[in-house]
Amino acid sequence: MASDRIFGLIILITAVAYIAAATQIQTNFFSGEYLPKLFPILIGAVAAISSLVLVFKPDPDPEWPDGRTWGNLLVAVIVLAFYSVLIKPLGFILPTAIAASILSYQISPQPMKAILAGVGLSLGLFVVFKFILMLGNVVAYRIPTPAKLWDAISILIPFVGH
Amino acid sequence: MDTLANLALGFSVALSPYTLMLAVVGCFIGTIIGALPGLGPSNGVAILIPISFALGLDATAALVLMTSVYYGAMYGGRISSILLNIPGDEPALMTTLDGYPMAKRGEAGNALVLSGVASFVGALLATIGLILLAPVLARVAFLFGPAEYFALYLLAFCTLGGMASNNQAKSAIAACIGLGIAMIGVDSSSGLPRLTGGNLHLYDGVDFLVAIVGLFAIAELFFFIESHGKGSSIGVVLDKVTIPWKYIKQTFPTMLRASGVGFIAGVLPGAGASLGSFLAYMTEKSIAGKDGGFGTGVPKGVAAPEAGNNAAAGGALVPMLTLGVPGSGTTAVLLALLMTLNITPGPTLFRDNPEVVWGLIASLLIANVVLLIMNVPMVKIFVKILSVPAWILLPGVTMVSTTGIFALTGSYFDLLMLIGFGVLGYFLRKLDVPTVPVILGILLGGNMEDALRRAMTLSDGDPSYLFSSPIAIGLWIAAILGFVAPMFLRGVLKKPQAVSD
Repeated sequence: MASDRIFGLIILITAVAYIAAATQIQTNFFSGEYLPKLFPILIGAVAAISSLVLVFKPDPDPEWPDGRTWGNLLVAVIVLAFYSVLIKPLGFILPTAIAASILSYQISPQPMKAILAGVGLSLGLFVVFKFILMLGNVVAYRIPTPAKLWDAISILIPFVGH
Repeated sequence: MDTLANLALGFSVALSPYTLMLAVVGCFIGTIIGALPGLGPSNGVAILIPISFALGLDATAALVLMTSVYYGAMYGGRISSILLNIPGDEPALMTTLDGYPMAKRGEAGNALVLSGVASFVGALLATIGLILLAPVLARVAFLFGPAEYFALYLLAFCTLGGMASNNQAKSAIAACIGLGIAMIGVDSSSGLPRLTGGNLHLYDGVDFLVAIVGLFAIAELFFFIESHGKGSSIGVVLDKVTIPWKYIKQTFPTMLRASGVGFIAGVLPGAGASLGSFLAYMTEKSIAGKDGGFGTGVPKGVAAPEAGNNAAAGGALVPMLTLGVPGSGTTAVLLALLMTLNITPGPTLFRDNPEVVWGLIASLLIANVVLLIMNVPMVKIFVKILSVPAWILLPGVTMVSTTGIFALTGSYFDLLMLIGFGVLGYFLRKLDVPTVPVILGILLGGNMEDALRRAMTLSDGDPSYLFSSPIAIGLWIAAILGFVAPMFLRGVLKKPQAVSD
């Protein structure tokens, strides 16, 4: 009950904000005054009406994970976020091995197996991507300057990064 | 005769040794993807699109590869349904109902081969149906103006929402999320940014590949972390595999009927493969009556949903190719593939790029034969693959997905968005909000808005123009019915629950 109500409220607020943003869309002579705004406003309106239905007629709650699992999920998101910004300055192999090991440990908590899985996946996928599929952008390793490393990590810090 | 000439053109494109190799590789990878628990056709194809694009394959080669993966995954999905009682994707759910009891009785091999043959029959008949129906529909589609297209897109969202979810409001919200995201970026007519919040990375809009891979693959990772990979070990032993001629003969009429039902369900825009396998199973169940023993492991109960499922997958290609409106989650992903390759599906595709359409159709036929040959003798290999533990599989899938996106765009921003979509997908699925309308919204939002804008420009802003032709009115009525009817039919169309041990 409560989950759907909260979800409905979030959608309602987002929809209202979206409509407000849509009315501020810049237009010019080529696009006409209202055409670029029309469809976004319609979408926001449909979303707002549907969210009201959820607020007043919610479904039963799903089974949410316990506190520990939430922690695990948060760790996974953080690991992936760091992975996203570090794959460029550090290259493919090291970030992939670390990220895959941590994720593997989270699914099945056996440290040795997790490290083996991470290193194996990293090297195996590197060979596949680089030498079989020959994908661009995939570089084995890079040794970044501290400044570059900070640049990459600071992306994840609100208002500091760019 | 026209059709035969077109088919010859298609085969001349698809039968070169190189594309044939791609078809075999695609079928193999596809079957593996389909067989792995937690990976269905939609996420399988989604993960591979960025990679196949980064490979720099030309349009035909990429299409052949991905359709082979698509069909392969449809085949492979049945392996985990039958052996583990875990459907790889939603349409495979119906196969677990009789397949798993059969496997528990020691007939795993028979069930696998029978379902392989049923898949083949369903897919083959559907491809023939596609060959016959698509050109006709493409001609009708030329009558469609902006008002009709707008109504058609609406119809797709309504029927998809009606079928995909237990709660209409939730599927409407899902569609709005997708459409809302599609609006982000530089507006084509004014050249000014819309709804980007001033973020330069968003000026190009949100890449639908990022959204698809995030919602399907990354969200799956979170689910596995939550469940600690439980239920991914092999449950049933498979000893020897022989061809059960008796069962095949006995269920052949079932396969034919199920293919027909599945194909029709697939053609309806937005309905798709889940409905196809469901209707096929239910039809056969009611024909067999109470003494049919459906649900206890009868061969017909395996053959019907598999034939229906694969026929629907083929049928779903009809609206996708002729109108640009996909009929299911996986065809939405295939539409994404076409759009990545700069091919716009629709009636003009048949006129302007016949080699793409007919090459695709020919490669479907080839993939089908390859899959049948591959699946009967090699089924044991695929079963081995099933025992890959989740703690290797899911990190691997995640790394393949992120690297695919990274190789394609080289941008950390897209990777962060990928994770964001993964989180969104986790919460949406937890709350029973379907994710396919989100994908469809992102894919079709631009086109849908375009249709609306052209309609408004043509009519000088008169909304009644949207209902001005019989076709448009028919589509609007169908859309409203498709959205409202499932609310009343929910009691009748209740999905049977998977059998539990």
